[in-house]
Amino acid sequence: MAYSDKVVDHYNNPRNVGSLDKNDPNVGTGLVGAPECGDVMKLQMKVNPQTQVIEEAKFKTFGCGSAIASSSLATEWVKGKTVEEALAIKNTEIVKELSLPPVKIHCSVLAEDAIKAALNDWKKKQASAAEQPAAAAQQ
Amino acid sequence: MAVKLPIYMDYHATTPVDPRVLEAMLPYFAQNFGNAASRNHAFGWTAEEAVENARAQIASLVGASPKEIIFTSGATESNNLAIKGVAEMYREKGNHIITQVTEHKAVLDTCKRLEKAGCEVTYLPVEKDGRISLDDLRRAITPKTILISIMYANNEIGVVQPIVEIGKIAKEKGIFFHVDGVQAVGKIPVDVQKDNIDLLSISAHKLYGPKGVGALYVRRRNPRVQLAAIIDGGGHERGMRSGTLNVTGIVGFGKACELCQQEMAAESERLRRLRDRLKDNFFGKLDEIFINGSMEHRLPHNLNISFAYVEGESLLMGINDVAVSSGSACTSATLEPSYVLKALGVGEDLAHTSIRFGLGRFTTQEEVDYVADRVIETVVRLRELSPLYEMAKEGVDISKMQWSASAASEH
Repeated sequence: MAYSDKVVDHYNNPRNVGSLDKNDPNVGTGLVGAPECGDVMKLQMKVNPQTQVIEEAKFKTFGCGSAIASSSLATEWVKGKTVEEALAIKNTEIVKELSLPPVKIHCSVLAEDAIKAALNDWKKKQASAAEQPAAAAQQ
Repeated sequence: MAVKLPIYMDYHATTPVDPRVLEAMLPYFAQNFGNAASRNHAFGWTAEEAVENARAQIASLVGASPKEIIFTSGATESNNLAIKGVAEMYREKGNHIITQVTEHKAVLDTCKRLEKAGCEVTYLPVEKDGRISLDDLRRAITPKTILISIMYANNEIGVVQPIVEIGKIAKEKGIFFHVDGVQAVGKIPVDVQKDNIDLLSISAHKLYGPKGVGALYVRRRNPRVQLAAIIDGGGHERGMRSGTLNVTGIVGFGKACELCQQEMAAESERLRRLRDRLKDNFFGKLDEIFINGSMEHRLPHNLNISFAYVEGESLLMGINDVAVSSGSACTSATLEPSYVLKALGVGEDLAHTSIRFGLGRFTTQEEVDYVADRVIETVVRLRELSPLYEMAKEGVDISKMQWSASAASEH
């Protein structure tokens, strides 16, 4: 199967590979997929709580070249966006940008899921952080 | 020394035609073009002579007599003819066939079709090393069993089945024994007498001959095997396989077998050494890699390894000037990981990370070293990208994790 130039580029030069501190209250972590299915994506984003802007994004992916490219592209796209803007990213946009063939569409769906999972994790952390100081004040 | 790229290391898929084989074939395209079935002129006689010479060369390689060799279009047809031919010819005697789960699809799908037609088929499991258990085989035999079909060596993992022992059991019980010999013939000694084989499928293009030609060995005595033909026509090949013979291909097939017979001992020793060099290179530089299938009972030119935490297709993409294949789902048409590895009990996560290396006649040490370097460097790079490798290094037991199998990953 021939890969598009953009997939090859992301595969050879993946953007934003790495990990952020998952215990940082401003970092949301999304881990989606399963090893049995041949795809696991970990996407992490650091959000500025004041501005809601995603300041940093990192990924690690176990999967085919298209899965690596989809998650690499996702980190590029979410950086500088607000949480709301990032949540609006659709897998079809990833498919279009990377010219993914039909058998690789699931890679883009997984990347969209990873963005949502990471931001949900961040939202949960924000909510519990908001509760905890209040609970501490009551003691 | 610089190696010539791309490198072919997928000899289980097919092999290039040996130049000596090509040379033998060339006169049989335009010059000696006769139909081997033309009995009354020199064109036919020349073709017939060439075919009979090839028949003898092929028979000699497997310890058969020339009359027992039936030409076909390839091993898929040979497997079909052997299994369907016995099932139909001996249906009065019984309707039970025994095979095993890691057979080639040409055997498995033939058996599945026969099941729809009223046959009963037992698919023996394999042990962790990829070999069937002889006790399982003995237990599976019933008075209705007419055929045991077990491959000599597996195309993915190169594991060699206990053919001699199976042959003995089959003979004792008076059951015909068919062997898919595609990966083994010409590579390791195969002898239909010593192995008690009654039917043996062979393919030319796996042993440096041309594509589109194969053979089925059909035993003529002790016991005589009869087959119902599946192709009707002019009654060629003792009525078992009608159709004008592919004389050019057959000449190449014969020459290829002759060369294998002459060179097998030295070639297999050379390839074993190179294969082990490749393996030792991997084990010296990488952790968490696993050999799939028995190392002891294995073709000398096969290596099948799972590089944990690195998905196979992404690894292939990183070594794009090397031709190998993967058991990953992404590289298969069905999007399922290898059924062979699954049968061995290899987890699907590891099946996705498997690579098959097939060495062959034209593989050099320089190529082996180049491939080892490229694979190692790509595995290291992709593991830096792998969340699973990171988790494993942190001590997380990945197999015990609750994975969010989202709709996306359920393909």
